[in-house]
Amino acid sequence: MYEQIASNKRKSFFLILFFLCLVFALAWLLGELTNLGPQGLILAIIIAVALTFGSYYSSDKIVLAISKARPVTKKEYPYLYNVVEGLAIAAGLPKPRCYIIDDTAPNAFATGRNPKNSVVVVTTGLLQKLNRAELEGVVAHEMAHIKNYDILVMTLTVVMVGVVALLSDWILRTFLWGGRRRSSKDGGNIGMIIVVVGLVLAIFSPLIAQLIRLAVSRKREFLADANGAFLTRYPPGLASALKKLDADREPLEAANKATAHLYIVNPLKEIKGNVNKLFSTHPPIKERVAALEKM
Amino acid sequence: MGLELIVVLAIVGFVVIFVVGIYNRLVTLRNRCDNSWAQVDVQLRRRYDLIPNLMETVKGYAKHEREVFQKVTEARAQAIGAGSVKEQGAAENMLTGALKSLFAVVENYPDLKANQNFLMLQEELAGTEGKIAYARQFYNDNIMQFNLKQQVFPSNIIASMFNFKEKEYFEIEEPEAREPVEVKF
Repeated sequence: MYEQIASNKRKSFFLILFFLCLVFALAWLLGELTNLGPQGLILAIIIAVALTFGSYYSSDKIVLAISKARPVTKKEYPYLYNVVEGLAIAAGLPKPRCYIIDDTAPNAFATGRNPKNSVVVVTTGLLQKLNRAELEGVVAHEMAHIKNYDILVMTLTVVMVGVVALLSDWILRTFLWGGRRRSSKDGGNIGMIIVVVGLVLAIFSPLIAQLIRLAVSRKREFLADANGAFLTRYPPGLASALKKLDADREPLEAANKATAHLYIVNPLKEIKGNVNKLFSTHPPIKERVAALEKM
Repeated sequence: MGLELIVVLAIVGFVVIFVVGIYNRLVTLRNRCDNSWAQVDVQLRRRYDLIPNLMETVKGYAKHEREVFQKVTEARAQAIGAGSVKEQGAAENMLTGALKSLFAVVENYPDLKANQNFLMLQEELAGTEGKIAYARQFYNDNIMQFNLKQQVFPSNIIASMFNFKEKEYFEIEEPEAREPVEVKF
């Protein structure tokens, strides 16, 4: 447990460092392409630092906005609040804020940069379809993610990968748009830049995919299941909740490929196959249920 | 002479650091126990506060069930007045039993069961009982660590030297919520 926390903090640090360098490189490249000169370098530093700090402090807000989650009061959902407060006590953590996604597909995730600034998000479908013991199991799984600092790594991944994708897209467009304008002047230089950009983009896409898989290793889900079951002292609750979530074939509309790894079960409900198993961010439910039933 | 002195000083220094380390660990563990008990206490008090409201609501529909009301009132008073952790546990079990008979009585009044205020209080009570259970679990885990530290070598020597006392576990019955779950596909 403590090794997991340390490893997550270390991973987050390197993720941030990697991101800082990457954004700097991209911003610098952008500056070169638009002929900004030495000012471009300063601009690149500013952009890199601003985006890094921005994503550290507001990645949870971004993720919540993408997922169309809204904060709820205790008056609206006393049931959810009681369950979340109970498990926060069990884990010895400060009480996370509660958010709701208005969608009948049952699912849940947690986000935030540390346990003090954590959020538990559930869909209205989850509240309707699960009984109390099952809901406690799901919330305990999320509480384990919070306690292990999984939420920091997982949330940072969403935003940083998103920003990198955005920036490389931006460069590509700037290049296409600016390239035409300057093509008459220095064709040789542009030719070289095409190669560089092509290389950068070619390196990026598998790297980004690898980054997601690295950050959200599937072991994390098993560990959160185990720790969650330890919190409730009742593994069948989570096991039966997972079975129900798996049996429900309705995809969650507000989820996408960038945020799918946050959720307790894959919200996209892709068609099953061996290739998908290799690339999926979630271990198969059957294996997770089997592990819980062995406890 | 000089070398011997250094060796002796080094050993003494090492022992002092060792003892201080264990002492601090014991103090940390004891504080954790006290803190987690405070959390249990908050939730227990929350339950005591809910009970009068609940009884008022029930009384509006079921005036004649005096026996049950009295039982609950007495059990509540006893739980509030409980001293040691062990006494508290016994009193809480009695209160839980009394509340069970109160809810059994409620079964006979369908109007009451549909009352919005009653439903809210029932959820609040169930939630609080869940929190008591979790707070108790966290407290007992901390107690276990604290007591274990006082039992194993070599920290048991330091514990008895500085007069650390083992703490009592908080024993109450499990709440109703944990019934077996059935899933059908």
